[in-house]
Amino acid sequence: MIELICISCPVGCNLAVELNDDDIKVDGHKCMAGVKYAKEELKNPTRNIATSVRVVGGDMAMLSVKTSRPIPKGAIQAVVDAVHQVTMTAPVMIGDVVLADAAGTGVDVVATRKIRGNVFK
Amino acid sequence: MQLAIIGGGPAGLSAAIQAREEGLTDVWIIERGKALGGILNQCIHHGFGVHIFKEELTGPEYAQRLIDKAYSLGVNFAMESMVIDITQDRTLTYVSEAGLVTAKADAIILAMGCRERARGALGIPGGRGVGVYTAGVAQEMVNMKGYMPGKRAVILGSGDIGLIMARRLTLEGATVEGVYEIMSHAGGLKRNIVQCLNDYDIPLHLSNTVTRTVGTKRLEGVYVAQVNEKWQPIIETERFVECDTLLLSVGLIPENELSKKIGVALSPITGGALVNNRLKTSVPGVFACGNVLHVHDLVDYVTLEAYLAASNAVRFIRGENAEIASIPIKALEGVRYTVPMTISPDENSCTISFRSDGIYESATIKVLADGEVIKAEKKRIIIPSEMEQITVEIPTVVKEIGIMLHCI
Ligand SMILES: Cc1cc2nc3c(=O)[nH]c(=O)nc-3n(C[C@H](O)[C@H](O)[C@H](O)COP(=O)(O)OP(=O)(O)OC[C@H]3O[C@@H](n4cnc5c(N)ncnc54)[C@H](O)[C@@H]3O)c2cc1C
Ligand code: SF4
Repeated sequence: MIELICISCPVGCNLAVELNDDDIKVDGHKCMAGVKYAKEELKNPTRNIATSVRVVGGDMAMLSVKTSRPIPKGAIQAVVDAVHQVTMTAPVMIGDVVLADAAGTGVDVVATRKIRGNVFK
Repeated sequence: MQLAIIGGGPAGLSAAIQAREEGLTDVWIIERGKALGGILNQCIHHGFGVHIFKEELTGPEYAQRLIDKAYSLGVNFAMESMVIDITQDRTLTYVSEAGLVTAKADAIILAMGCRERARGALGIPGGRGVGVYTAGVAQEMVNMKGYMPGKRAVILGSGDIGLIMARRLTLEGATVEGVYEIMSHAGGLKRNIVQCLNDYDIPLHLSNTVTRTVGTKRLEGVYVAQVNEKWQPIIETERFVECDTLLLSVGLIPENELSKKIGVALSPITGGALVNNRLKTSVPGVFACGNVLHVHDLVDYVTLEAYLAASNAVRFIRGENAEIASIPIKALEGVRYTVPMTISPDENSCTISFRSDGIYESATIKVLADGEVIKAEKKRIIIPSEMEQITVEIPTVVKEIGIMLHCI
């Protein structure tokens, strides 16, 4: 048996999930959204991840970035490690691709803030 | 200045946008920092804007949308300008590159946000070695400056900032030994418990607290213990946990030092100003919104609250906001506080924000007018960490509004 907490609403039901081959049995849910959540969580759990990378030539030291869509839960650390190898150069715009196809997930990591380039006086 | 807004976080920016959209020409934001956006700049995770923009943005993205809009509407900004004094006649003094600046405003909106409760407020005894930070300071360190507070962390308090930092530190390669919470339930959202702790096998120790710190130069560890119902540590359960970092996530306090100076009446419960449904404080022409008024968990509500404050500030400037006696709104059973705390009798309807004093399952929110129920709304669950709102029609003749939670 696997224990999960449904996060589809603030009630946060404790779900007991039984997995037999392809059949998933859920218990403890107060509504059907809990069953859907349990199935997705077991079949293909995904997460959005945000971190920051170094940026040079701008007015800030770090650039915040995010996955452009959720990635498989198992790939989180690989994606974070890969994106940490990147150093960006200002100027950067929101949505600029920081790392394409991060760690082979097919998902891009993109910038979430605007960083101006240094103006030399 | 017609309108002076103190603070350029989401509350200040949203207020400025609304004031400009209502045609006010001379709108100023005075911000002490280098950047606009306030606390959102360091909240790089997802979860902002679901209600207003109908998409899940990160903090910096939400801020940028407001900043772009404010610029395009011609809002004036005084950056790196810290307001140090205001007076009853709405004269502001701020320190900037240009030195000390004094300006008079027709109306003021307080939007200074909040600060974190620090170690001093908790009174944890022990060594004063480096390594004890509030969760927000650590968040700024990691996300904005790019360095880590340490390698092995203990987190005290299960508020959302602490939970988010547990995940952040783990992803950055540190070990988070555990989160210790004095209450018997978590302070933060379930979603954060699941996605920030459970995903990374970080244990949450409920009914536990940090009793002492060890280490004079650098933190070497902390003692933790279980607590009884009165939140007193049970000495026999005390144990040592090795760590070089202790993060405190034990609550936020509205930043009201300035408000106190001009005698704005504050609520002992929220720590923010006492306001009516127009978000007017006890000082004429001074309004408040955002975290300086009461701590918000959703930035969307901060924006909506700021729109309301700005509309009313504009009405005040145009002389449309007559002062009239107001009806009190009482927080009854199950309700810890409400915002607003009073309402003008000439208003037809009013949205009341409130927080519960505990967890209530299958509860009914009841609004009473002079003791009689005028509205009831069923809720599957009401928890203190999520702000609730209810909109009611106000009867023409009424002496007192009450709001309570009723469980079957
Ligand atoms: C860690 C964390 C996580 C959060 N997560 C979420 C989330 O997932 N989703 C969500 O919707 N919301 C979230 N929130 C809540 C939301 O971000 C806040 O409620 C919101 O940012 C508050 O906005 P504010 O403008 O009132 O305050 P702030 O953002 O704090 O802005 C206040 C501004 O006022 C300035 N200021 C203060 N005093 C002065 C002075 N004397 N002179 C000049 N300027 C001054 C400050 O420099 C600052 O820029 C989170 C908050 C935190 C702290
Ligand atoms: S099962 Fe239904 S009631 Fe329970 S947490 Fe999930 S969505 Fe909410």
